[in-house]
Amino acid sequence: MKRLTSSLLALGAAAALSMGVATSAQADDETVKAAFLYVGPISDHGWSYAHDQARLAMEAELGDMVETTYLESVPEGADAVRALERLARTDHDIIFATSFGYMESVQEVAERFPNVVFEHATGYLSSDNFANYNGHFYEGRYILGKIAGLETESNTIGYIASYAIPEVVSGINAFMLGAQSVNPDVEVKIIWVNTWYDPPREAEAANALIDQGADILVQHTDSTAQLQAAQERGVRGFGNDSDMSAFAPEAQLTAIVNNWTPYYVERVQAVADGTWETGSAMGSMANGMVQMAPFANMSDETRAVAEETMAGIIAGDIHPFAGPIFNQDGEEVVAEGEQAPLDMILGMNFYIQGIDDAYPN
Amino acid sequence: MQLELFKRDAPSGKMLVAAPFMALGLTVLTSGVMFAVMGFNPVAALYEYFIAPLTELWSVYELLLKAGPLILIALGLAVCYRANIWNIGAEGQFTMGAIFGSIPPILFPEWTSWTTLPTMLILGMVGGALYGGIPAFLKVKFRANEILTSLMLAYIALLILDYLVRGPWRDPGGFNFPESRNFSDEQSLATLEGSRLHFGILIAFAAVPVMWFFMSRTLAGHAFKVVGEAPRAARFAGFSSKTLTYAALMFSGALAGLAGIMEVAGPIGELRPTISPGYGFTAIIVAFLGRLNPWGIMFAGLLLALSFLGGEAAQITLGLSDKMARVVQGMLLFFVLGCDTLVRYQIRLTPNPKATPVATASEATDAA
Amino acid sequence: MLLEGILVTIVGAATPIVLAAIGELVAERSGVLNLGVEGMMIMGAVVAFGVALTTGNPYLGVIAGGLAGIAMSLLFGFFTVYLASNQVATGLALTLLGLGLAGLIGESFVGTPGVRLEAITIPALSAIPFIGPALFDRDILVYLSFTIVAGVSYTMFKTRIGLILRATGENAEAAHALGRDVRLIRMGAVAFGGLCAGLGGAYLSLVLTAQWTEGMSAGRGWIALAIVVFATWLPWRALAGAYLFGGVIILQLHAQAFGIRVPPQAMTMLPYIATIVALVLLSRNQAVMRRNTPAALGRAFVPDR
Repeated sequence: MKRLTSSLLALGAAAALSMGVATSAQADDETVKAAFLYVGPISDHGWSYAHDQARLAMEAELGDMVETTYLESVPEGADAVRALERLARTDHDIIFATSFGYMESVQEVAERFPNVVFEHATGYLSSDNFANYNGHFYEGRYILGKIAGLETESNTIGYIASYAIPEVVSGINAFMLGAQSVNPDVEVKIIWVNTWYDPPREAEAANALIDQGADILVQHTDSTAQLQAAQERGVRGFGNDSDMSAFAPEAQLTAIVNNWTPYYVERVQAVADGTWETGSAMGSMANGMVQMAPFANMSDETRAVAEETMAGIIAGDIHPFAGPIFNQDGEEVVAEGEQAPLDMILGMNFYIQGIDDAYPN
Repeated sequence: MQLELFKRDAPSGKMLVAAPFMALGLTVLTSGVMFAVMGFNPVAALYEYFIAPLTELWSVYELLLKAGPLILIALGLAVCYRANIWNIGAEGQFTMGAIFGSIPPILFPEWTSWTTLPTMLILGMVGGALYGGIPAFLKVKFRANEILTSLMLAYIALLILDYLVRGPWRDPGGFNFPESRNFSDEQSLATLEGSRLHFGILIAFAAVPVMWFFMSRTLAGHAFKVVGEAPRAARFAGFSSKTLTYAALMFSGALAGLAGIMEVAGPIGELRPTISPGYGFTAIIVAFLGRLNPWGIMFAGLLLALSFLGGEAAQITLGLSDKMARVVQGMLLFFVLGCDTLVRYQIRLTPNPKATPVATASEATDAA
Repeated sequence: MLLEGILVTIVGAATPIVLAAIGELVAERSGVLNLGVEGMMIMGAVVAFGVALTTGNPYLGVIAGGLAGIAMSLLFGFFTVYLASNQVATGLALTLLGLGLAGLIGESFVGTPGVRLEAITIPALSAIPFIGPALFDRDILVYLSFTIVAGVSYTMFKTRIGLILRATGENAEAAHALGRDVRLIRMGAVAFGGLCAGLGGAYLSLVLTAQWTEGMSAGRGWIALAIVVFATWLPWRALAGAYLFGGVIILQLHAQAFGIRVPPQAMTMLPYIATIVALVLLSRNQAVMRRNTPAALGRAFVPDR
């Protein structure tokens, strides 16, 4: 059957066009060609935007030695493979695929283009020419928890979450651990909006939470809509992925900023030097991948606690998932004096004690 | 002056051939102007869009891979539209086909005999057909408008898939990430060496002559057309409109479902939250671009796939926005629909009888 | 307090759908089915945002959004009314074109906070408990949505223009025989539909979020289309339908915040299921359907000579 397919296709193809023979990509000149694949529009001001900002910053820093291209709004699935293959075939040396859903696609294309190196964000697979990278963003969420716990007057926090994947769940848990450490009475109300990005829906969710008494909003979605809603209703909240204070100067307490720039600079530089190696990079607050936007709109005491916590995390004295940690059933999941292992954090699928809500799914 | 349509005694054969080319020409011209306005060299941009993807073999394979599901779905939709049944929920039937077809590899991963794959394909068709049957049932039983029910059902199907892969069907070895287990070789469609082109694409293209034969040479195919064009005549001829409604929606659902399972058992290889870049919706355009004719649909599917690939290429080489691809597709459809008017009508500009004196007067003033 | 807040947000969720639906209702009453509501809406959203941003005046934005909707609808009208092309396909083409064009136009507005359309408080009325803040402390588009629905309802059933409009949608040939310019009437109705959809879009980018993002209409145009059938082409019912729909969206969010936990996908599904159920219930009542459904809906009219 394969043979039949092949000859039929060759026939059709030959009739219609002149064929060029594709060769695999590898730059023969000095400039490194780097490509970026985004799942959303770079206009989301969230996840894809943060990656694109890092692309621009990396370009500015490395100057003439790098050339970059990007493809935005590439759907996960069959189209992603084609997009990756096209990038690999158009002489790109390093390709950054910036969404979890691209993982299998990257694996497939990386196998076929051994001379091109691939970098995949937030996944767990890798190979000789296929590395992955991620950030300990829950470190930032722990700080958000401390700020929220201290600043809330109603003791009710509104949390707008996207999907129940480990990254989001560990974020909720880290946030609550931070909040509980400064305020034992704090309560969280969670709305799953089932999208990363739908501004009007996120705004509606924000309003619903505010109506139910939340005076601080946390988001694990990508748009700026809920911060705008918070500002309008006179409550406060946190940005996500990038500094969103331009949209809500009076409402943003701080934001977790995904700073991918140092990693992109380092990896592109490594390709130029011929020293690139595969691996699983974990960015953190200590190495600058996880950053916080300026602390604003809060009391001096809270600011001091936030800064102190940040310094502690950077120095390695504070770990958000330090034991004892109990799950909702009251079972101890992390013992006193220990820290949650990385595997548990990256695959987290339970709520900690004190979250008065049923775990989804 | 007023634009007037004069009905031709019979559809113009010349125009039938010329109209698609006129539409394509107009699209090229208009998009060329748009490229120029946006500061791009129109010739280079048009080359990237419509020619470049055809100059490399791998990209031709990718073109066929992208066109396959579009053609298969559109062939089924054309049957519906011929019968004046407006199924616009093919995306849902595609998704449901993928879900049903994935039952063996996900729930019975150990079952890897030669019967597995055919079972998956059949289940895919069953899933699509059943899901297409819902709007048929609602239409026949309650006269609920199928445009809206099929569309709402499409959204629902996408959410069901989302629920399954994030919940019960999640890969137990996948760190709680939202995807099913990977399909094994026996549960996947064989591919052409060195490409992603799979056996299913052959089915899609083989369906074109079959559908042509069915629609133009069989009584059943004729029945769909009659019920669409002259419902009363259809009743006299003994065609039951209820049966035809079920048949059309379930048949197009089955084809969409087949496309769905072939996509997951082919290039994707697992079930995941997004399995379609909007194939079911794009196929509606393909059906109309191809004027509901199977051969036309084949060319339309290829042309639309070309614009997707071209849009991607232009984004990389020229930095042209990805939104432009959608604009080009929208324009193309407008022009095809507009030019098709010429097949049935002659267009003449006639002086508006009521406005004539006024126009003359104003012309006189202008002249003076 | 909570109830008041819920009402306020429901009005916000419903208003863009009310606007888009009432416009489409008029177009369909004239016999034209325009499936391009989504495309007109998103163009209204981006143009309204851009004009408000560059001029600093949100009211100019509202007007521009309406005009953008009209421009898109005239394109649709030219093809379907004057060239007699298939309404379903042309409507889909309009949606596609609108989504693409809006994305192109909006590229430069990305990451820019917009100008907000502020509320105009109506004294005394806004102090009424519960409904006061929800209905009388709002922006002009909310007031406009009620005015338009009332105006359409009155015009359609109490005036000569309304009679002509309905006659055109009922039997275009007969209207033509009576000397009516069927195509002009239909163009007018389609343009009104465009205006309303554009205003609905403006509401998204000037009130609901005050920012521009790609694809921000997120299927609301399609919901508006469903509402028209749901309403059996009656203006006040369209308003009720849109509020019911907005209510379902908002209440599922509140249910979640209360800790009522079913899979979030099921929650998101609710409005779509509600629409189907409502459609089925209404379609069963054939007497009502037959009385109000424009008989010539979706059929092109070419004058004979």
